Amino acid sequence: MQFTKKVTSTFVRKALKTVATLSAVASLAISGNALAELGEPEKEDLKFGFIKLTDMAPLAVAYEKGYFEDEGLYVTLEAQANWKVLLDRVIDGQLDGAHMLAGQPLGATIGFGTQADIITAFSMDLNGNGITVSNEIWKQMKPNIPKMADGRPVHPIKADALKPVVEKYKDEGKPFNMGMVFPVSTHNYELRYWLAAGGIHPGYYAPHKGDTSGTIGADALLSVTPPPQMPATMEAGTIYGYCVGEPWNQQAVFKGIGVPVVTDYEIWKDNPEKVFGVNKQWSDKYPNTHIRVVKAMIRAAMWLDANNNANRPEAVKILSKSQYVGADYDVIANSMTGTFEYEKGDKREVPDFNVFFRHNATYPYYSDAIWYLTQMRRWGQIEEKKSDTWYKDIAKKVYRPDIYAQAAKALVADGVAKASDFPNFKTETGYKPKQTHFIDNIVYDGTKPNAYLEQFEIGLKGSTKL
Amino acid sequence: MSTLAKFPEIKTFLTSEVVNYWTRVALLPITGLVVFLFCWHIVAKSIDTSLGQFPGPTQTFEQAKTLIDEHYEEREKEVAFIERQEKRNAKKLEKNPDAKVKIRPYTGKPTFFDQIWTSLYTVMVGFLIASVIAVPLGIVCGLSQSAYAAINPLIQLFKPVSPLAWLPLVTMVVSAVYVSDDPMFSKSFLTSALTVALCCLWPTLINTAVGVSAVPQDLINVSKVLRLSRFGHVAKIVMPCSIPMIFTGLRLSLGIGWMVLIAAEMLAQNPGLGKFVWDEFQNGSSDSLARIMVAVLVIGIIGFILDRVMLMIQKYVSWDKNATLR
Repeated sequence: MQFTKKVTSTFVRKALKTVATLSAVASLAISGNALAELGEPEKEDLKFGFIKLTDMAPLAVAYEKGYFEDEGLYVTLEAQANWKVLLDRVIDGQLDGAHMLAGQPLGATIGFGTQADIITAFSMDLNGNGITVSNEIWKQMKPNIPKMADGRPVHPIKADALKPVVEKYKDEGKPFNMGMVFPVSTHNYELRYWLAAGGIHPGYYAPHKGDTSGTIGADALLSVTPPPQMPATMEAGTIYGYCVGEPWNQQAVFKGIGVPVVTDYEIWKDNPEKVFGVNKQWSDKYPNTHIRVVKAMIRAAMWLDANNNANRPEAVKILSKSQYVGADYDVIANSMTGTFEYEKGDKREVPDFNVFFRHNATYPYYSDAIWYLTQMRRWGQIEEKKSDTWYKDIAKKVYRPDIYAQAAKALVADGVAKASDFPNFKTETGYKPKQTHFIDNIVYDGTKPNAYLEQFEIGLKGSTKL
Repeated sequence: MSTLAKFPEIKTFLTSEVVNYWTRVALLPITGLVVFLFCWHIVAKSIDTSLGQFPGPTQTFEQAKTLIDEHYEEREKEVAFIERQEKRNAKKLEKNPDAKVKIRPYTGKPTFFDQIWTSLYTVMVGFLIASVIAVPLGIVCGLSQSAYAAINPLIQLFKPVSPLAWLPLVTMVVSAVYVSDDPMFSKSFLTSALTVALCCLWPTLINTAVGVSAVPQDLINVSKVLRLSRFGHVAKIVMPCSIPMIFTGLRLSLGIGWMVLIAAEMLAQNPGLGKFVWDEFQNGSSDSLARIMVAVLVIGIIGFILDRVMLMIQKYVSWDKNATLR
């Protein structure tokens, strides 16, 4: 549906509300050229999947606060065993949609792993991850980190401090193992970005040769571990560190088994993290349902960030219920309420550690999609050179700001949100201005993916092929 | 002893039948339980995991209470959920009298007791499917040597297969074959039930075959003298004779089925007690271990009750009231 006229005046909105009480047919006839009212959802009973991480919060809040029900949707939220199961279930229709890693819809669309058309019209949050190392590694890293006057380490901690440790392990013939949550996860790319920025090679993928382990030429060997098992796996000594979302970094501090060294906010400020992914066929079949789901989730995101995070304590209470994240209140509260504990006792303010709505966090920017694609190319998941146009086409195919815009406009028409809460849909290109806040100070311009890749010392670029 | 000798009444009382009986029925089991609880308490105190201390009896009891409270809380939420729907439906009908409305079941989380019910229901369905197949097949195998010879290799081949090895295959088959827009059963339920059925088949099948083939020659001769039809022979001679063995098989099957179900639920994340345990483990909160412990005890108690129920039925239908069944 095209919005022919933008409705902003309160007069028209009030008129619409009166009209809405008349029968649907009449209302369409009267307001047809002003704003066609969003139709009833085609499918009311929905099942969404999620992984037990704090950034599933928009789903939990939309359910608990009744935002889904306000849209006439009856949603069941179901925790999934791991990212692969979650994706497979969205592909085969057992789930109507899910809390996904931003790389999952992109990876599925380009056929890395299972090929399927998954789209997203809603970005769930910014930031929210951390990299944690075991106590043993921290002890060896610490001497290489510059200190502030009070003796605490200077942040951000770069992987330069880890490099000698990794080299020592290499000399002793011991593999340096680290964990991440999924091959196309933000965590994988962030961990690789951080390691490579410090001169540690995280290894290449070569899917065309059937090598999907991602360890070709690696100094540090990265492997997949489900988030909730990260601390236990590190404690068992199988991995020496990991990159994961909350609460599993803070959990390591609480249990005294590891030390978070860096947050993704420090690796790349305000990076996009999770998205709400659905099957393209599903979206085509149930367009109104999709828009309504996005509406409910935008409201949840707004609630999460309202009045400077005033609602966060209540959100943490919801998340600590066993059916959602289920970790202890204090562990979740640590990061959700704007602080982050690195070493035990070294608590620092990171107000934007979890962003759900500010900075247009919910808008599906093409440039975010393209950044993920560039990292897929950088590490060999995309095995050959692709043109800039290709990157843009894939981003357009997977990220659907058009659906988001319809949901946002419907919210404005309902009087729940203001037009100023959202990007200006008339002028928005979907590309953020050049982003400069990376840990290695490399500038990212989403419109020139190939030029961006040229700037990296470690990583595939141009026409290199393994 | 010498003091006892002075009071012969006490001695006779202490060795009397009544005391003997009560000691066996109540005193010893209770002693066993108390000793176990004490050991558990002591051992739990000395184990420190990364999720906090290993839960002792007290923490477990606390969490059991919490789980009961949560159940009632969730029920209250359910009532509110239904009320909200009714209001919304009324509004919808006001707007458009022809609108299709329905009241849908609660979408919130299944409580611990819901999960218990789901597991029980699933195991019963799986067990019934298996029994309906295994008993007749076992009778055929027992009656005819050639049928037994034909089926025996299959039994021997599939009996040792771990039930969980079937799980991926069953999951895939159910996903592929069971396609309907308005399914009567959920896929996860069918997957669990069929996996249970596959494992429940063998003990029943083997024991039935053995029981049927062990009918005494005298009785077979009786059947011949009476010129019973084939069906009459099975109904009047073979079945009564082999009932004890068939029930032995069924009891074994149900025990295995219950065990398999919990494992299958954990692995496949299908609703039930197994999923409850796995979810709690994934939560990693400081209460998780105690909640898992509650589930473990409940699983044990339910397994025990299922076994006793089978035993009661067996006693009831068994013709030989003198045989000791335990």
